[in-house]
Amino acid sequence: MTAHTQVRLTVNGEEVFESVEARKTLVEFLREDLGLTGSHVGCEHGVCGACTLLLDGAIVRGCLLLAVQCDGCRIDTIEGVADSGTIADLQQAFAARNALQCGFCTPGMLLTAAQLLEEVGVPSREKIRARLSGNYCRCTGYHAIVDAVEAVARARANIPPQQGEGRIAEGDPGRGR
Amino acid sequence: MQESNKASGLSPLDRPNSYIGRSVPRPNLARLLAGRGQFVSDVVLPRMVHVCFVRSPHAHALIRAIDTAAAGRAPGVVAVVTGAELANVCTPWVGVLTHLKGLKSAPQHAVAVAKACWQGEAVAAVVAKTRALAEDAAELVGVEYEPLAPVADAETALDPGTPVIHAELGDNLAFERGLDAGEVDQAFRDADAVVEATFVFGRHTGVTLEPRAIVADWNPGEARLTIYQGTQAPHMMQNIFAKHLGLDEHQVRVLCKDVGGSFGIKVHVYADEMATAALSKLLKRPVKFVADRIESFVSDIHARDHRVKACIAVKNDGRITAFEIDDLTGIGPYSVYPRTSGIEANQIVNLVGGPYACPNYRARTRVVFQNKNVMCQYRAVGHPIAAAVTEGLVELAARKIGMDVLELRKRNLVADDAYPCASASGLKFEKLSHHASLDKLIALMDYESLRREQESLRRRRIFRGLGFAAFIEVTNPSAAFYGVGGARISSQDGALVRLDATGAIICHSGVTEQGQGTEAVLAQVVATAMGVSIERVRIVTGDTDNTPYGGGTWASRAAGIGGEAAWQAGKALRANVLAVAASILQAEAGKLDIRNGLVVDADTGRERIELHEVARIAYFRPDTLPPGFQAELMAVRHYVPRAYPFAFTNGVQASWLEVDPATGFVKLIRHFVVEDCGTIINPQLVDEQIRGGVVQGIGAALFEHCVYDAQGQLLNGNMADYLVPMAAEMPDIDVAHVETPTADSELGAKGAGEAGTAGAPGAVLNAVNDALAPLGAAPITEMPITPGVVLAALGKV
Repeated sequence: MTAHTQVRLTVNGEEVFESVEARKTLVEFLREDLGLTGSHVGCEHGVCGACTLLLDGAIVRGCLLLAVQCDGCRIDTIEGVADSGTIADLQQAFAARNALQCGFCTPGMLLTAAQLLEEVGVPSREKIRARLSGNYCRCTGYHAIVDAVEAVARARANIPPQQGEGRIAEGDPGRGR
Repeated sequence: MQESNKASGLSPLDRPNSYIGRSVPRPNLARLLAGRGQFVSDVVLPRMVHVCFVRSPHAHALIRAIDTAAAGRAPGVVAVVTGAELANVCTPWVGVLTHLKGLKSAPQHAVAVAKACWQGEAVAAVVAKTRALAEDAAELVGVEYEPLAPVADAETALDPGTPVIHAELGDNLAFERGLDAGEVDQAFRDADAVVEATFVFGRHTGVTLEPRAIVADWNPGEARLTIYQGTQAPHMMQNIFAKHLGLDEHQVRVLCKDVGGSFGIKVHVYADEMATAALSKLLKRPVKFVADRIESFVSDIHARDHRVKACIAVKNDGRITAFEIDDLTGIGPYSVYPRTSGIEANQIVNLVGGPYACPNYRARTRVVFQNKNVMCQYRAVGHPIAAAVTEGLVELAARKIGMDVLELRKRNLVADDAYPCASASGLKFEKLSHHASLDKLIALMDYESLRREQESLRRRRIFRGLGFAAFIEVTNPSAAFYGVGGARISSQDGALVRLDATGAIICHSGVTEQGQGTEAVLAQVVATAMGVSIERVRIVTGDTDNTPYGGGTWASRAAGIGGEAAWQAGKALRANVLAVAASILQAEAGKLDIRNGLVVDADTGRERIELHEVARIAYFRPDTLPPGFQAELMAVRHYVPRAYPFAFTNGVQASWLEVDPATGFVKLIRHFVVEDCGTIINPQLVDEQIRGGVVQGIGAALFEHCVYDAQGQLLNGNMADYLVPMAAEMPDIDVAHVETPTADSELGAKGAGEAGTAGAPGAVLNAVNDALAPLGAAPITEMPITPGVVLAALGKV
């Protein structure tokens, strides 16, 4: 149960060589052994999507993989993706649209949405909803998340935003004189 | 000065560059978007150990013996502790409030002593170096149970043949309340039509994405207990940890950083969290507990689970002349501490019929004990039930007398010019806007065109439905909610605002951030009151050592109560800063103002001195100020509503959906909400509170259900089997507002966090029934409305 195995991985571009308990899930390894707490644990049975990560560039659930299975793989977490700036426009759109409340689902939601946005063309709202349907968000009701993802897809395709989309500070005059 | 604005028709909120009414992004988003939040599940402390609980597999059983020897020898184990041992460190509690007359409950321990009363109740605690090692050892704890007959069904809980769960209480009745207003019998006798229905609301739960989590750190060297907890009410928890662990309140510090969802789940006292704190005291080192998802389902409070027999009396002209309800709910084996499990039933009695001008109302509720997980307050407490019962009856009555559902409402909703007034149950309404809200909803959704679309689709055998729900919502609670009943739960809240030495503004507030945007709202309010840009304001919340005493976040109070305290504190600090500026400038403070971070002449706007310069002089060169003048660059104000016990809000929702009569599946097409939460400080945050709330209400209406068998076993306690709303099934949600500020505060803001959840289930229920009406289906009055429920209504199963 508690036997350890040596693993060598590339995490957010850094070489990692660690002794890991054979039973430890990938997300536990990242959180507990490497201190990368941006990947969250919501259900530990592969349903909620809070632990979504990139394994060799593909979306995976960090709670359904053991760390030892990932020997030799490349792992990217929200910390790495955020630091690299590759999803800065998506993060900005989430902020502008308040597409997160408690923020616990957000890392997984961003990585899932980012993968959808790598595909060509502007996805329909239905397609965005379908692709995000493996990531549970209890706070937002999803509408704002769909708006934010749609806004980024349109911006990347150089299509002007739709009316009312991405309501941000400048849009509201407030009560100022 | 702002007061002079009144002459020009502007309110005190209409300051230059006001942030009130602006969709300013929240200041705490960047860290959450970069994976740099700090949730309790992320907290690691030196020498920290982890606790895992052995939980009862039985709904009701005597604990004959516990053998901890093998577990104690397991690798990495620090301690194995039983309920009896922990009772020496942590005293039990009883969840009652004196204003819920007759409410009774039994003492509840941090870990069960002698008897387990629900499947999932902790019976022993195992502490080890890691959670995994603690779980390994937990399997080695030998518990000898003597199973007892469980009380599962609330309907038979009071029968003479049913076992009494707590013998010392005499029976399984926790609480009963009756209400009889007006001439109910006469109204039913004189009615042209009477509709009777039994509404059933399934048990469901909050499913916060971050499970409950706590790290307790007792430091004997300081004689202080530091608690890191995902909680909505830090000061309440400070009091409770102190009280039950034999400490003074000042010996306990509760810290609450990022919280992965609350919704009322994280405002209660949980036995396993109390046990974690007690274990830290016992072991003199930090102990961490993070519920896993399986134990969340059997230990996070559940909610709803009501059966309401209900009647409505109407005249042929559409007048509603009476409501009558008989409510029954099973709350598990204990009334939850300290808010009690009588509140939801009490709210239902208070709220049924609330939007309508109908003086005749009779209600009874009975709250019974049973051997299932405990039930308590979850988002919109009682409102979804009261609204679904009321609005379900209204639409059934409309159909019975052949009147349009909106026409019937228009004839009965309390008139917008009738305020102040009271409901039949005695709720006091300062000012609501039912008719204005309904008119706005009709325009927002283009009611007539949707009805035409519905009609034409029906001819093609496509069955779409429109359903409505008007609602009222309790917000901004005064002491009437808990304080008068003896609970040490603060209804007042405070804000401390200070000018730092560089001219930035720091606001410490007693209300908390759970993701709803409290910190943004407080920053907007303080920036506006002070006359600075919002970037210069920093908010501190969630720390009992560093925030004014307050209630935290519940009952939609953070903006209305915490916001008003911050507004008043901001105004006080501005006056203090202007006094300093006036002494520097040898001017009259009353003729100065602060705008864009600059002290200016109020009448001309001429720039006089920068805020950071005022701070510099006050902090570093006070010798240059006039003799006897002392700068006070910190101000504290507190606020609690006094004119009304609660600031009621109102609104109306509509659901537009399609039902497939072959499969029973419901497809949500669009949802519409108009609500009135008074002054809107941040339109975007209000809209997103409404949307998130609506989707939780939709979850209750269509998906969420804690399914128990007759033995009190939860059958679907995991995220694969317990369905929650996901993106693909949810509709876009249109939100609009009417603004009727409360005069009880200067800001005029009421709460907005629960309105969505209050109205959505009733609207969806009515829409499903509307869709099925041409198919001759029996009216559905049960939630969740699963495909099976729809097919049963159609007589297909």
